Amino acid sequence: MTMPFYAPPEQVMKDKADYARKGIARGRSLVAFRYSGGIAIVAENTSSTLRKVSEIYDRIAFAGVGRYNEFDQLRIAGVRHADLKGFAFSREDVDARSLANAYAQSLGQVFTHEVKPMEVEILVAEIGLEAGGGDDQLFHILYDGTVVDEDDWVVLGGETEEISERFEDALPGSPRSLADGVRAAVAALAGPDRTLSAASLEAAVLDRSNGRRAFRRLTDEELAPILDL
Amino acid sequence: MSLPRFGPHDDPGPNFAALLRLTRSGSGTAAPGPVEHQPLAPPEIPHGTTCVAVRYDSGVVLAGDRRATAGHLISNHRIEKVFPADRHSGVAIAGAAGPSAEMVRLFQLQLEHYEKVEGTPISLEGKANQLGQMVRANLPAAMQGLVVVPIFAGFDTVASKGRIFEYDVTGGRYEERDHAATGSGSLHADTVVKLGFRPSMTRSAATDLVLDALFVASDADSATGGPDPVRDVFPVVAVIDAGGYQRLEDAELRRRTERLLRRHRTRRETDRGGSS
Repeated sequence: MTMPFYAPPEQVMKDKADYARKGIARGRSLVAFRYSGGIAIVAENTSSTLRKVSEIYDRIAFAGVGRYNEFDQLRIAGVRHADLKGFAFSREDVDARSLANAYAQSLGQVFTHEVKPMEVEILVAEIGLEAGGGDDQLFHILYDGTVVDEDDWVVLGGETEEISERFEDALPGSPRSLADGVRAAVAALAGPDRTLSAASLEAAVLDRSNGRRAFRRLTDEELAPILDL
Repeated sequence: MSLPRFGPHDDPGPNFAALLRLTRSGSGTAAPGPVEHQPLAPPEIPHGTTCVAVRYDSGVVLAGDRRATAGHLISNHRIEKVFPADRHSGVAIAGAAGPSAEMVRLFQLQLEHYEKVEGTPISLEGKANQLGQMVRANLPAAMQGLVVVPIFAGFDTVASKGRIFEYDVTGGRYEERDHAATGSGSLHADTVVKLGFRPSMTRSAATDLVLDALFVASDADSATGGPDPVRDVFPVVAVIDAGGYQRLEDAELRRRTERLLRRHRTRRETDRGGSS
């Protein structure tokens, strides 16, 4: 009879984390930040049909990096969670915090109990009801279920340190305009050696002035003049 | 609430109603089930009544009166029967008020849910079919007296025109070319619309026509409420065109209603003057 090899739990967790991080680093990154009118999310994405950023609920948006099929599955689960909750209770009872917790539970469960962790990092963003954006929220959730409540901006994906440094330098202080924020985000994502055109970007906003459903995609035609400045 | 996740074999896809059925045992709240017991005589529950829809040159006007009745009593003076379904469509419902409101809520959510999950909205025809399935699902309740009969109207962004769909209790879906009416006063309302309808009407003319139709219906049908300038109660009127669903303001409706009443009064006076 063969005996299973003993592997210390530290080693197992480390291996899983390394595996997940490697998978996430292979994909392209994204940046989210608060601006005067709401929250903007800018991702590097050459596909115009396979989305990284999408709408979850009236004031909640989702963004994911890493393996597309995995974060898209999470996105759909999030839409279901929100719609079921809004139907059972009321629309105003749907909030990002409970959704972020549900994601964290789910990702943590997969990380500890299943053979393969999910190679994703996700963002749940919500704009609050305050006009000044004082109660906007950005939840950054990692592959192992760790939740980070970000304050003003966040970078998801590989090379986050480099991108964060560049973004922090380029980002004007708050309150900032959408255009300034987008330019800083694109410069940070591109780095010193590349330039990114509107076609290779995916951007969306949660816009306080957009009515009940605050989520809105920025088209290439809207992005191009911002980047040209 | 935990994150609802499914395997590839039992995934409900973009269908919210199916999702609701799958999760009903789990979440335990609010999911509407069929009415189980069969009462001998149905209790007198609030019913909403007359709604009309008229196509005009660049869209559709959808309108409904404001009265709900339970038996011989008026149970509500300000009920609303016309709702946005999504950005480019609306639904007007006649029938048992409770199930109607529930159906509208589920329908609105179904359209939005699909749009979010799939990343693209359902076609107008698809939306009309969805509503038909919901009316069909309500048939057992309808047999017990909880009838729900909607009108669905929207702007077809592909064909670039307004379209109207009528239903029967079995979920039968019929596209109407120009106009439709539902509810207890629909016979009278539809006659007025039929006589007043002209191809390629303006939005203003179509709005006046639906107001007139509801006014006449309220004259002949006790379950249809007329305009009430004293209490500031006017029909709910929505226009749907390329720009989307828009509910008309009460100020505009008051102005149009006053003009309508004046016209009816003048007509009576001229008639009387002519006969003497």
